[in-house]
Amino acid sequence: MKEEMSYSEDLFMPVSKEEKNAERIHRPSIKYWADVWRRLKMNKLAMSGLIIILLFIIMAIVGTKINGFKYYEQDLNVINQKPNLVHWFGTDELGRDLFTRTWFGARYSILIGFMAAFLDFLIGVIYGGVAGMANRRVDSLMMRIAEIIYSIPYLLVVILLSVVFGQGDSLFVMILAMSLTGWVPMAILVRGQVLQLKESEYAMASESLGATKKWILKKHIIPNTLGPILVNITLAVPTAIFAEATLSFLGLGLQPPKSSLGTLANDGLAGLAVGNGYQILIPAVFISLIMFSFNVLGDGLRDALDPRLRK
Amino acid sequence: MAKYIIKRVAISLVTIWAIITITFILMHSVPGNPFRSESKMPPGVYENLLKKYGLDKPLPEQYTIYLKRLLKGDFGESMKSRVETVNDMINRGFPVSAYLGLQALIIALCFGPALGVIAALNQNKWPDYLSMVIAILGISVPSFIMGTIFIQFLARNISWLPIAGWGTFAHTILPSLALAMMPLAYIARLMRSSMLEILGQDYIKTAKSKGISKSAVVLKHAVRNAILPIVSVLGTLVSNLLVGSFVVEKIFGIPGLGMSFVSSISNRDYTLIMGTTIFYAIILIVMLLLVDIAYVFVDPRIKLTKEGR
Repeated sequence: MKEEMSYSEDLFMPVSKEEKNAERIHRPSIKYWADVWRRLKMNKLAMSGLIIILLFIIMAIVGTKINGFKYYEQDLNVINQKPNLVHWFGTDELGRDLFTRTWFGARYSILIGFMAAFLDFLIGVIYGGVAGMANRRVDSLMMRIAEIIYSIPYLLVVILLSVVFGQGDSLFVMILAMSLTGWVPMAILVRGQVLQLKESEYAMASESLGATKKWILKKHIIPNTLGPILVNITLAVPTAIFAEATLSFLGLGLQPPKSSLGTLANDGLAGLAVGNGYQILIPAVFISLIMFSFNVLGDGLRDALDPRLRK
Repeated sequence: MAKYIIKRVAISLVTIWAIITITFILMHSVPGNPFRSESKMPPGVYENLLKKYGLDKPLPEQYTIYLKRLLKGDFGESMKSRVETVNDMINRGFPVSAYLGLQALIIALCFGPALGVIAALNQNKWPDYLSMVIAILGISVPSFIMGTIFIQFLARNISWLPIAGWGTFAHTILPSLALAMMPLAYIARLMRSSMLEILGQDYIKTAKSKGISKSAVVLKHAVRNAILPIVSVLGTLVSNLLVGSFVVEKIFGIPGLGMSFVSSISNRDYTLIMGTTIFYAIILIVMLLLVDIAYVFVDPRIKLTKEGR
């Protein structure tokens, strides 16, 4: 049976302006990172971590210049003073101003944390990216090597290197030694993501348009792994700060008159024995605060980046 | 599966060899040598000392000699202590360190998962927040600070427990607690997230709808599956304990291997540093290997997949 279909003329008229407006998206579209930031802002714990970190960074830059003392300046007339109006955090057993020394130490601790995390990021992304894009045999060889390096406890490496290179310029040695093993988790993470993403449609489309592997890695895969990488960096910073504090506490870190939060805690331990508890209290609280802030920020970032937790 | 285990053992052996070689090269690339510092030494004595420690031979020969001695379990002599060899120090210090580490591990393995389970079962209620505050504190406060706090408040102010030293059980409580806090917190966090994931699974709903009591659902169905990730991080935790022991032994004045390792570094006792490092590395890698093999037995799913990591 054949049915006669009829179309009226007005079906083919252009839509009126009002109807066009109905199709428009009224709210501005939220970009990926803006969305992450929006969700991070709702996480009070992570935001307080971020604020504490920013405060620490600002104070580490300007804090040594606030009350007019130098970090190496000794004044034997005012040794072991409790916190007071002149020396806000008190003085140590050589009469050095602990307020200035603490911020000087925080500067070193934060510097070591960020530099080590940055090196981890650089080496890890390159190594993981290359391993992921290479053929199976190269990939598995590279991963075996990474596994071997990773199973060496990093503190042993740091200790060995600081013995070999001497402790004169230990900031550089320490950062180097920490990154020597620290990049491996990042490389494993990036490799996993690359293996997954290089099979995706957009990577294939790019390849069929003649893109090289390097281009695909740089333009398509790495930008799409930035989220987990960022979380990893945020958690690598406190690891490095912790390692530095532990080393300095053992007397293997920075040498006086330089200070880090770890060396200050080590000096403070001696003060504690003779009843000057304030000398260890401040560096101890600061180390814990920094570790806490980075940890909650990293956790918050991970939650904010996880689309499954989207409300 | 036998193939997997053989492969893991082979990789571990290669790793141990790599560490020995790297340590050897690093220790022998230190500028000068340890006897140069002792001034006013007659040249004859100096040469004899070099000969005694085999430092007069070419480096490759020293390396093969060292490897051969290691194979026999001989870690060499100490350069500073005239009476004790590295083996003596390991024999003396390691049991102490191992006891401390084991006790800390037991504490962490008892309380960590329990804390995580309690948190997961009461998600977003006060027990959850309390456990996670404890966990975050445990991760944020380094063990040397934790140890100092314990000494100050529990030993010095209240004097419940001895401040430092070694000998009785009371001496071991504070250091092993200080050592256990970090792994405990780590396990608790891991356990919480893995429990939350498992509790959302269909088979938990099935078990509940079959009318099984709540405790049986939690213990038999949820915890048994949620504990798997904990097993896989055990190796890392042992490594954490090892590093922590350096610090905790220093604070509490415990005559363990960590303490003699740290003092060997400040004494620049190269043979002792080399021997202890290699010993630590071997212990750690054997632990990692054991954990990996144990994991195959604990998790039946691994046998099904070809590429087990």
